[in-house]
Amino acid sequence: MEFKTILFYLFSTITVLAALRVITARNPVHAVLFLVLAFFNVAGLWMLLQAEFLSLALVMVYVGAVMVLFLFVVMMLDINIERVRAGFWSNLPLGILVGGLLAAEMAVVLSGRYFGLANLPPQNLPANYSNTKELARVLFTDFAYPFEIASVILLVAIIVAVMLTLRKRKDNKAMHSSDQIAVKAKDRMRLVKMAPEVELPASAKEGDKA
Amino acid sequence: MEAMVVSFLQGALGTAWPTVKPVWPLVWTLAQIVLIMAPLLLSVAYLTFVERKVIGWMQVRIGPNRVGPWGLLQPIADGLKLFLKEVLFPAAADKKLFVVGPIMAIAPALAAWAVIPFSPGWVLANIDAGVLYLLAVSSVGVYGIIIAGWASNSKYPMFGAMRASAQMISYEVSMGLGLICVLMVSNSLNLSEIVMAQSKGRFASYGLDFMSWNWLPLLPMFGVYLISGVAETNRAPFDVVEGESEIVAGHMVEYSGMAFAMFFLAEYANMILISAMTSIFFLGGWLSPVAFIPDGFHWMAAKMSAILFFFLWIRATFPRYRYDQLMRLGWKVFVPLTLVWILVVGVWMMSPLSIWK
Repeated sequence: MEFKTILFYLFSTITVLAALRVITARNPVHAVLFLVLAFFNVAGLWMLLQAEFLSLALVMVYVGAVMVLFLFVVMMLDINIERVRAGFWSNLPLGILVGGLLAAEMAVVLSGRYFGLANLPPQNLPANYSNTKELARVLFTDFAYPFEIASVILLVAIIVAVMLTLRKRKDNKAMHSSDQIAVKAKDRMRLVKMAPEVELPASAKEGDKA
Repeated sequence: MEAMVVSFLQGALGTAWPTVKPVWPLVWTLAQIVLIMAPLLLSVAYLTFVERKVIGWMQVRIGPNRVGPWGLLQPIADGLKLFLKEVLFPAAADKKLFVVGPIMAIAPALAAWAVIPFSPGWVLANIDAGVLYLLAVSSVGVYGIIIAGWASNSKYPMFGAMRASAQMISYEVSMGLGLICVLMVSNSLNLSEIVMAQSKGRFASYGLDFMSWNWLPLLPMFGVYLISGVAETNRAPFDVVEGESEIVAGHMVEYSGMAFAMFFLAEYANMILISAMTSIFFLGGWLSPVAFIPDGFHWMAAKMSAILFFFLWIRATFPRYRYDQLMRLGWKVFVPLTLVWILVVGVWMMSPLSIWK
């Protein structure tokens, strides 16, 4: 057995086990961390398929950014796991239906009869083949417009998401750090030029006292 | 190098060589890893010593000078002390994740060194997507802090973890965007090629190689990258994650002994990593600054030392950032600046004035 095959079974076993633990773990933080583990192992599987760009992008985007924010949110929630599980049996038929549909669709794609995967030539890539370069070439030439449109849609989605959650309270007295940094010394303190006060001679002072 | 070792082993082992041959790649890779890790951990130990000395001198103190000559054995004594101390587990902690936290902090800090080239050909894995690998691996480092903060089940660590996740993600964005400019001008994701791309240019043809390195044409990005690097490693003045006057030691409050030391090792390994990355991306890696002196690893070591000194210097100089100002710097200053500079570099490269032809 080739070493790659061992790696494949290792990665896929951990992926499946971790994915199972995502839905069975009682603690939501553990579930998120198992999801991270599953992502990591899927990245390993993609690496075995010589898709190094996608694999590293998966780690960078999902593990490094998306799941961190996810964890950030889940960490601060006080989820009552019993209440979440309450409707398990009533929702089970729907869940089985969706799961079955997903499995069937994946089987259609992977069996290759309709998508012609079986007809693809076996890929023997040369050593200097750069997956990243090829991907970029396709993305920025043949699919340039769809790519740009997708990025604009995502940008709009980001702005909308920010706008939807942006609420200003009228009684908010928070400082704006930009204003604070923009402050100059002369805004806060005024240096006034004035004539020096003349000190009275000693005899005059004594006279005042008397 | 490998061929030399193989032929030597063939001679030395004689008939035993064929039995060793199947596991040879594994042995060789492990040997290379040891060759990188051992000096790295030694530099981590002595970086803590240098830090205390340098900051001591800057504040007109002496610094550690009791253990060994000039205090040189201080890091060894510190390490020994931390090894011998007990690792305490808080009663309410999540025991498993409490152990996983420090491991997740130090593993990415060490794994990232796999793709760092020290000199032509001196690299463990000369992969095409080296920059991507670095970004991917270093983005995993934040998990160590978050897991530690959550698993401690205590208030201060939780605050530390929350600050860490927000801060590290924010500065990763500007770091990544800054790197895009470097990738554009070097036309490669391979770290060795990025270094070699800096050896060409008009100034290099005059013999003034240091003017051709990326720091000059990408000066704003160099600044952004360096400052984001400081923020990314949670060093002063961006160390709100563990700010001792506010949240004691952040995610590390509940840790003791070697588990605590692992966070420290990770922080210093990350500092050395950032300095190596900065010297590769912007300061020409192992290239010598002028043409008549040969290139070599010592140049890279010198550049890394200079950047590390910068890290210590600003720690001794600046007061800690306030949290909202830190976020403002990341999102409202650095990200727009990098986005504009990407556009500028793109137009520059396409114009007749391009210096990267």
